[in-house]
Amino acid sequence: MLRLEDAVIRNGDFTLRADWSVEEGARVAVIGPSGAGKTTLIEAIAGFRPLEQGRILWDGRDITGEAPGKRPVAMLFQDGNLFPHLTVAQNAGLGLRPDLRLDAEQKARVQTALARVGLAGMEDRKPGALSGGQQSRAALARVLLQDRPLLLLDEPFAALGPALKAEMLDLVAALAEETGATLLMISHDPDDARRIADQALLVAEGIAHPPQSTADLLDNPPPALRDYLGEG
Amino acid sequence: MADRAQPVSGAPGVGAAACVAALILGTLAAVALRAEPGKGLGPADWQALRFTLTQATLSAVFSVALAVPVARALARRRFPGRAALITLLGAPFILPVIVAVLGLLAVFGRAGWVSQALGAFGLEPLRIYGLHGVVLAHVFFNLPLATRLILQGWQEIPAERFRLAAQLGAGPGAIWRLLERPMLARVAPGALAVVFAICLSSFAVALTLGGGPRATTVELAIYQAFHFDFDLGRAALLSCIQIALTVIAASLALRARPGSGFGTGLDRPVQRWDANTPTLRLLDTGAILLAALFLLLPLAAIALSGLPGLPQLPASVFRAAATSIVIALGSTAILLLLAVPMAATVALVRRALWVELAGLLGLAVSPLVIGIGLFVIIYPLADPFALALPVTALVNAVMALPFALRILVPRAQAVIGDYGRLGTSLDMGGGPFLRLVLLPRMRAQIGFAAGLAAALSMGDLGVIALFADTEVATLPLQIYRLMGAYRMEAAAGAALLLLVLSMLAFWIFDRGGRWHAEA
Amino acid sequence: MKYLAFAAGLFSATTALAETPTLTVYTYDSFVAEWGPGPLVEKAFEEVCGCDLKLVAAGDGAALLARLKLEGARSEADIVLGLDTNLIQAARDSGLFAPHKVEASYDLPIDWTDADFVPYDWGYFAFVQDKTLAAPSSFRDLADSDLKIVIQDPRSSTPGLGLLMWVKAAYGDEAPAIWEGLSDNIVTVTKGWSEAYGLFLDGEADMVLSYTTSPAYHLIAEEDDSKATALFDEGHYMQVEVAGKLAATDQPELADRFLQFMVTDAFQSVLPTTNWMYPAVTPEGGLPAGFETLTEPGKALLFTPEEAALARDPALTEWLTALSR
Repeated sequence: MLRLEDAVIRNGDFTLRADWSVEEGARVAVIGPSGAGKTTLIEAIAGFRPLEQGRILWDGRDITGEAPGKRPVAMLFQDGNLFPHLTVAQNAGLGLRPDLRLDAEQKARVQTALARVGLAGMEDRKPGALSGGQQSRAALARVLLQDRPLLLLDEPFAALGPALKAEMLDLVAALAEETGATLLMISHDPDDARRIADQALLVAEGIAHPPQSTADLLDNPPPALRDYLGEG
Repeated sequence: MADRAQPVSGAPGVGAAACVAALILGTLAAVALRAEPGKGLGPADWQALRFTLTQATLSAVFSVALAVPVARALARRRFPGRAALITLLGAPFILPVIVAVLGLLAVFGRAGWVSQALGAFGLEPLRIYGLHGVVLAHVFFNLPLATRLILQGWQEIPAERFRLAAQLGAGPGAIWRLLERPMLARVAPGALAVVFAICLSSFAVALTLGGGPRATTVELAIYQAFHFDFDLGRAALLSCIQIALTVIAASLALRARPGSGFGTGLDRPVQRWDANTPTLRLLDTGAILLAALFLLLPLAAIALSGLPGLPQLPASVFRAAATSIVIALGSTAILLLLAVPMAATVALVRRALWVELAGLLGLAVSPLVIGIGLFVIIYPLADPFALALPVTALVNAVMALPFALRILVPRAQAVIGDYGRLGTSLDMGGGPFLRLVLLPRMRAQIGFAAGLAAALSMGDLGVIALFADTEVATLPLQIYRLMGAYRMEAAAGAALLLLVLSMLAFWIFDRGGRWHAEA
Repeated sequence: MKYLAFAAGLFSATTALAETPTLTVYTYDSFVAEWGPGPLVEKAFEEVCGCDLKLVAAGDGAALLARLKLEGARSEADIVLGLDTNLIQAARDSGLFAPHKVEASYDLPIDWTDADFVPYDWGYFAFVQDKTLAAPSSFRDLADSDLKIVIQDPRSSTPGLGLLMWVKAAYGDEAPAIWEGLSDNIVTVTKGWSEAYGLFLDGEADMVLSYTTSPAYHLIAEEDDSKATALFDEGHYMQVEVAGKLAATDQPELADRFLQFMVTDAFQSVLPTTNWMYPAVTPEGGLPAGFETLTEPGKALLFTPEEAALARDPALTEWLTALSR
């Protein structure tokens, strides 16, 4: 279970507060107007931004002071998820061992993960030779291999077309299901949220609100969200 | 970013910087402590200081100002032989001063090719001796380096940005504002600082081309203090002033550096769609041609005068060449061990200015003073001759460090800016990040820096003088010995040999770095 | 390091280190070079001394003295060879040298009476030019003419200092006026002799400050007789190169033997065609063919060591002032 306890995050002169929990295996969409602080929130949970106040707990353990790599978190950024000079297999392999010293068994696991995301046969290509969708799959293969209990997504599929994006989201949902991971994903499109996230939390006006059912939030949006969604 | 979120540790760089600072300041202190009370600085010294500042400033400004259009032209155009030209353009920088000066005068001197051409039209020969001659010579030496540094900046702009600009229909003016001016704001101050510091310690060039004692520099004043008056205190004092000047200039130049990063590219070759109009193509071609002529004609003169001398080369010259190569390799190894950690530290830590300054010290301090200081330190402890090779390699490395940092730091910043976060989130740790990300992505720059260090070391005369004996002599020293015995033709042949070896060393490292890495 | 060990091994292969004493001679670069006097001198002396002669190069004359002062009494040097008369006073003042015991009849244009230093070769400073040029007959003549000359800086070059002394010795208080007259003839001032001579050979100037013996090199080694020197009425300043024994030497008898050897035929006959100067004691075979074509000044100028030391700084100031206008 992920718990943010009286957390206050500062980004310049902007402050974000959060105080809620997310239970294990949940799939939560983080939505809100631009500039509200969605990325700030995710960065804080991932460990790239310190808390000014409060704590972050995972399964009762205080991870507020831990380095990003040591947290039980796997994260996909908006871009730069792959090292361009390493092959697909190497990029994926980093999920198992960051120093890339893989034994035979681990190398086999890399192959399996790549096959699972549909990239069998592309192990030795470099990201520059892949399409956008294929690059996303490669990053997901790594996430699969990292096998971390908490998965954070900062809109890594934003550049893909609607069909491709939906496909990727479904893949993410399937992987989360298979591994039992908890998912927090920033989402600009309410349809994405509806598609794979049964909960949603609103970030607006300096507060990250506790998660609620996605349907409830989107069908009866509060004023701050209503303007953003643009519906009456 | 929190300290704990660094992809690689800054500590080794700090350690390296401390070693470099200790070496330089330590030798300076050794000289000062050895001094007996002598007379302080006289009016001649202050005059030397004024001239030094003037010529260094002018040289830096002209070198960088002229480098910008040449670098831009090179960045925009692809043509066969481009890579070779860029490599060859590095040549003047690595020649021993005396060789390069004679080559320069062979083209631009009173009896040079240009003057002969002018004479054919009944015009006066070129008047090159004077402040303008000094600046011309310094530009000759430093334009290649400045061009290369700025070209590197251009190549750091990712291809995606150019595609975006092309898609927006941005013409050259817009590209200048959006992409090139911010890049120059980042790269030019560093280039200015380096050229300024190089020219600060100029001696033979300034004197020979300056036309007379008005062109006295601080370096000559130090030389005089040691050789003429044996006033070590004055030598140390003048050296401190040199260092202070460099530190001030460097701080100003390096401070003018706004934030970094252009976002991540995907290693595709850089294609540009701006500047395809005939006018601009003509301008670019002109810039490249002029720069090539200016830099290559004197080299051609050196080659021509050296060819007849080649058959006359005695065996000791080839032995000296081998010694020079060994020293160059050692020096390059030491340099990389110092420069890569220091570059990483500068890229990581926001207030790492003093690490950069430690790197620049090698440029600021007179090689004569370092040599004397080291001699004073080593002499009571060990036989200086036995240590000649390692000492020379070490000092050459420290003197090449400023250039290496100028080359490595922007790249390190870019790599860490683009991929540091990914590395941290994967719990990579300093070692793996260095091995898997930083070094591979910096290979081109490391190759260039290594090539430069190797070539500089081969052409260096400075420190070896106090530590060499009959057996251990480097190639530049042999050239001087030949010249001192009237054997000018043989000396020219040896100089050609040095030129070829230095260029070869540079080319091997540079190409090796860029093989299969996009430049 | 392996290379050094190999070189050291090679060097000591000729003598068994444990038995033979080593005589260390500090000298200047062009002396030790393969094409200089060094190798021949070493061979000749080792034949008669039963010792190991070690020649150490240390820059030029002024650098030699500076290096010695840095090393002090702990210096390994037994002999210093390559100072000139302008440096003798400073060398004596350092207290590092001991008197010599050499007896010889020198063939110098002046009497040599110095107790600490032994001359081994000498020459006259002169302006070298192409022989087809009409040579000026004096400094005044040169100053009035349009001839372009290249000279060396006295602060960094021994010939440069020699020229300074020459003008001072010939003109005394009128030296500043001479320098002012020369300032429009001077193309440039170089760091050392090599750069200046190189510039002259490349045609950058009509004349260069060098020695009367310079044309001998071109004549004998290159079979080129196109160079000549200008003979000045005021006389020419001499450069006398000397050697001295260090007081702290651990081989005093060997050092004395070397100094005495230095004025014998075996040493002196090597000099003219390797160092391109006049030997201090004319060898029995006389001077090599070609040397007789060299111009002989009518008057030899030379300050005593004390006079040179006193005149140096004021002359430098005058030079700087006159040429910095």
